[in-house]
Amino acid sequence: MTLPPCYQPPDDDPDETNDSPSDPSRRSFLISSATVTASLLVAPAFAKPANHADVAADPNAIPVALNVNGRVHELRLDPRTTLLDALREHLNLTGTKKGCDQGACGACTVLVDGRRINSCLTLAVMNSGRKITTIEGIAANERLHPVQAAFIRNDGFQCGYCTSGQICSAVAVIQEGHAGSDDEIREWMSGNICRCGAYEGIVAAVREASGRRA
Amino acid sequence: MNPFDFVRAREVSAAVSSGSRADAKFVAGGTNLVDLMKCGVERPAHLVDVNDLKLAGIERVSGGIRIGAMARMSDVARHPLVLQSSPAVSQALLASASPQIRNAASIGGNLMQRTRCAYFRELTFAPCNKRNPGSGCAAIDGENRMHAVLGGSESCIATHPSDLAVAVAALDAVLTLHGPNGDRRVAAADFHLLPGTTPQTEHDLKHGELITFVFIPDALHAKRSAYLKIRDRAAYEFALASAAVGLEISGGTIRSARIALGGVATKPWRARFAEAALIGKEPSKDVFRAAAEAEMKFAVPHGQNEYKIELAKRTLVRALGDLAGGAA
Repeated sequence: MTLPPCYQPPDDDPDETNDSPSDPSRRSFLISSATVTASLLVAPAFAKPANHADVAADPNAIPVALNVNGRVHELRLDPRTTLLDALREHLNLTGTKKGCDQGACGACTVLVDGRRINSCLTLAVMNSGRKITTIEGIAANERLHPVQAAFIRNDGFQCGYCTSGQICSAVAVIQEGHAGSDDEIREWMSGNICRCGAYEGIVAAVREASGRRA
Repeated sequence: MNPFDFVRAREVSAAVSSGSRADAKFVAGGTNLVDLMKCGVERPAHLVDVNDLKLAGIERVSGGIRIGAMARMSDVARHPLVLQSSPAVSQALLASASPQIRNAASIGGNLMQRTRCAYFRELTFAPCNKRNPGSGCAAIDGENRMHAVLGGSESCIATHPSDLAVAVAALDAVLTLHGPNGDRRVAAADFHLLPGTTPQTEHDLKHGELITFVFIPDALHAKRSAYLKIRDRAAYEFALASAAVGLEISGGTIRSARIALGGVATKPWRARFAEAALIGKEPSKDVFRAAAEAEMKFAVPHGQNEYKIELAKRTLVRALGDLAGGAA
């Protein structure tokens, strides 16, 4: 098991001290356990945090200001970092999922300047100064967004891996005015694949959230 | 991904200057380039971000509409000028990729996406004349169900994947290319090149040049135009065969016809033999079928893709029939 190449613990970067997650997330736990497991199981040479050192010393890193969910994060990133990896590995916003990592599945869908895009197909540096909304920024404080509530009520998921992308996409579909019929919802949600096949529930959720009756 | 340095260009002149360096590439939406950089096929040393260039306008100009190369696919698809003067362009865009990709990808970038196949994307297959000129083509005797039956060579039979490029090739669009020596104009139908013995060269854009505008001339056959795309599934899939068609019909006779085919050729395929077969004829299924035969008689199958020859004919006949409506 290896760490993702772009992973950088928030503590390592003084610029990011304000961005530490407020609670020790399941992900932090998994990453720590993975590191421990790796140290225990394999030779010390392998366990050296080579990835961290490489990234920290990266002479190619450049300043990137990412405005995510209303908050500006001043980062230094290797320009190769995709927006998806910046969100997940540098800002610990792991609600946005990496599925295919080639724009085919839609699990990484986020809103940039109000428009849905695949965060895996754009570099973080290309989004400096743009307003990014991830699944973590969809709800209003503790109140679920109507699309989130509709996904729960209509069973719009099974394993849940594609769900954050589906919800971000669905929010946009309704804003775009593309939820006029079930066929239209299917067409305009076609950039989001669900391997569990929860499409009936997804269409029902989008229909309900759009205010249309079946 | 190979390392590169990154600059964000604010002006066209600065972009062209940065983009003229060896191994430099422009990036707009990034939906094709970033993907190919991730799989190691594209390895630019310098990446020039052109997203801030003021080239996203869509406006009426003398004799047609002018679309800035940085306009996004989704914005062009729904623009009233495009819908009114060249519906095939809108339909081609809406049949392309996914809504997310259409929100990110620019018009210029769409035309610049690589002609590609699964072997081209996969470095574990050593032979690919596009990636490594002279190394051979794995597709010609391999998995080639998706490949081209028109315009291929012994070097390459990959299809050009753009739907938009097919529509603009049909409707006589003209591209403005800006380079260190100023502007030049190239017909969209001539912009993409046949693979021949140099499949690594896919278009007539010199290093450092940037597409700045796409001009679509007004014409009755553009106003009455449509795009039909046939694919393995109803959404978010490349074409197996597609047709952009435009007809001017008056007095029961076809006065002018514009046709280009997609999904079946190594470049957006302007079907001039099919067009010629329609002029002066009364629209009918037989006339449309004869036009399709006139174009597809040049097709060369490669094992798994033979079905595309008949599929392209039926696609064209259906597209023309739908467009002619009661006139056919």
